[in-house]
Amino acid sequence: MAPISYHLILSGILFTIGVMGVLLRRNTIIIFMAIELMLNAVNLSFVALARHLGSMDGQLIVLFVMAVAAAEAAVGLAIILMVFRNKETINADELKLMRW
Amino acid sequence: MIKLPPVNWLSLLPAIIPAFTGILVLCWDLGMKNEERHRLAWLGILGLAITAVVSFCLLGRNEPAFNGSYTLDSYAMFFNLIFCLAGILTFLMSIQYLHTSDIHAGEYYALILFAIVGMVVMAAATDLVNIFLGLETMSIAVYVLAGIWRQRLQSNEAALKYFLLGAFASGFLLYGIALLYGATGSIQLGKIAMHVNEHGASTILLIGVAMLIVGFGFKVAAAPFHVWTPDVYEGAPTTITAFMAVGVKAAAFAAFARVFLHTLGGIHGQWEGILWVLAVLTMTVGNITALVQNNVKRMLAYSSIAHAGYLLVAMVAGKELGGAALMYYLVAYGLMNLGAFGVIIAVGRRGEPNEEFADFAGLGFRYPLLALAMTVFMLSLTGIPPLVGFVGKFYIFSAAVKAGYLWLAVIGVLNSVISAYYYIRVIVSMYMHEGDKVPEKLSARPALAVAILIAAVGTIWLGVFPSASMALSRLSFLALG
Amino acid sequence: MDLLTFFMLAVPLVLFAAVVILHPSPVYSAMSLVVVMSFLALYFFFLDAHMLGWFQIIVYAGSIMVLFLFVIMLLNLQNDPQEHQQPSLRTASRIGGAVLIAELVFLFSRSSSSEKAAAELPEGFGTVVALSEKLFTDFLIPFEITSILLLIAAVGAVVLAKR
Repeated sequence: MAPISYHLILSGILFTIGVMGVLLRRNTIIIFMAIELMLNAVNLSFVALARHLGSMDGQLIVLFVMAVAAAEAAVGLAIILMVFRNKETINADELKLMRW
Repeated sequence: MIKLPPVNWLSLLPAIIPAFTGILVLCWDLGMKNEERHRLAWLGILGLAITAVVSFCLLGRNEPAFNGSYTLDSYAMFFNLIFCLAGILTFLMSIQYLHTSDIHAGEYYALILFAIVGMVVMAAATDLVNIFLGLETMSIAVYVLAGIWRQRLQSNEAALKYFLLGAFASGFLLYGIALLYGATGSIQLGKIAMHVNEHGASTILLIGVAMLIVGFGFKVAAAPFHVWTPDVYEGAPTTITAFMAVGVKAAAFAAFARVFLHTLGGIHGQWEGILWVLAVLTMTVGNITALVQNNVKRMLAYSSIAHAGYLLVAMVAGKELGGAALMYYLVAYGLMNLGAFGVIIAVGRRGEPNEEFADFAGLGFRYPLLALAMTVFMLSLTGIPPLVGFVGKFYIFSAAVKAGYLWLAVIGVLNSVISAYYYIRVIVSMYMHEGDKVPEKLSARPALAVAILIAAVGTIWLGVFPSASMALSRLSFLALG
Repeated sequence: MDLLTFFMLAVPLVLFAAVVILHPSPVYSAMSLVVVMSFLALYFFFLDAHMLGWFQIIVYAGSIMVLFLFVIMLLNLQNDPQEHQQPSLRTASRIGGAVLIAELVFLFSRSSSSEKAAAELPEGFGTVVALSEKLFTDFLIPFEITSILLLIAAVGAVVLAKR
């Protein structure tokens, strides 16, 4: 049996990879994918904890997180499309009409 | 067959009314001409007014609902009043603003109503999942609203930046929720509070708390998580900026304070240090950066960061006094900030936003009433008696002193003194500088004038007679139990 | 889940996750993310979350990633030549990431020494029946809020993306 701490460490590593992706990359679509990776890492924690605690709550939360992720994907990609149409780029460095 | 649990309709009413109004707005919008769209705003105002009345009548009832995952208490109802105030004033200003901008979408009004549903849920949620879903409902609606002026590049950028950083922050919040769930075995705030009071804080719990602070810190625009704020506030349509600065911040603080002051109140000593540092950083960074701004809208964005700092001071002070001061100050901040944004909208014209300091030159001679209102808001934001901003700051800093955070209060007062410079700069340019940028004839509609009037009267009234609303916020905070 | 299975799933998960954030081409990133999500689905099966495993494949690997790929194709994104970052930020985030991972490993492994054994699983754990029973009783409110959330997403996406 893999103890719960293994699952939590794996989830922490995946979450950190996601955070690094957000900080390292400049292509907004890839930044967004890194955010999805973060959410997936958290889902892993929830499922492992649900298994560990023997309660279904964790699994239910994952269900809602998936719904939220789907909603975010729809709106986020619509925003990226809109920006691309108007500016012909989705590179975060070139979005500096206003000072960061 | 699944047996459905008993549904406490009364507790859901403040969320159902705006949701239903939003759907009505969406349906009515079909086949409506552009010139008629302002009717949708009046429908929205009606819905929010009903919500406010219902919330007001429900003040004083305290009953848990849905197995303790949702609640009907005075705390939530008090915040509902703030959300409705923000919503109604935003609608009144939108009637004018949509006329001078190129936003031709009835969905604009519906999305504001849906965002308010999310806020109401956040304030009433006593369960981490509900808080998360309420936050996402509100945020996703506001992401869209920030970018709804599609032809304007700044609005596009604002939406993208707000979306990416908001989603990033909700990842942290969610991780915090997962760790809290793992450490305590429950997602209900009541059970978490019991666990924390019995067992104290484990390491996992503390990492979770830190993640929650990051997540909420982003939403309330606390330094160092504030980098998105100036760009998003400057780029978004001005009405939406006002709505974000007041509504979103109030909702985030509602959940933030419920989780930290109530649920995690038992380990107050473990997180007060972090929030102390955040509060000092937020106040100082906000005020110092606001000094060098030339755009009034951007200056107000930094000022809103600084005000998040004052509100964090109230959170650190905690207990009855700090909590009540937090809620009172949110009302105060809402009134004066909405009013200030209203004046910015009044000065702007189609194609000329007129948002620079120089654009306000001479306003005092051409439009004495408008300039007088702006003066009231600026003095109140500075914290000059007898306006509401002064009373709010007084309550916050005295709560901090009484809770033993003398230095925090001193830093806060010093920051208020710094802030006087840039607020008074607006007044100076209105009355002491000659300028011709202010148009001969403002196209302000009555609705906008009403919004500014409400905000100005509220700013003065609550400042002169603070006791009733202070008593109300204290009672509401005590309902947290 | 025994240790062998754990490592057989964990190693590819981390590797493909690294590809997602390091590969210069968005298409490769997206495809690796699909792989990560499929492995996670497998992971969920081994953790007695059968239904969630299927949802993971259908919702994440299926619809969300297809949406991503669709947008990448629509925008015709190639390897981004401007994909560069100030070196200082780059090293800073690498060091930060390493420190964060080390810290997490340390903290979790330390707190695991005192951990209790996994609880006994109730019957039908992770099945559709158990999931839906919870969904319509304890999680009724979140369920209803999600409906508003999806409505907002639909309305919002149309408002922003229409011409």
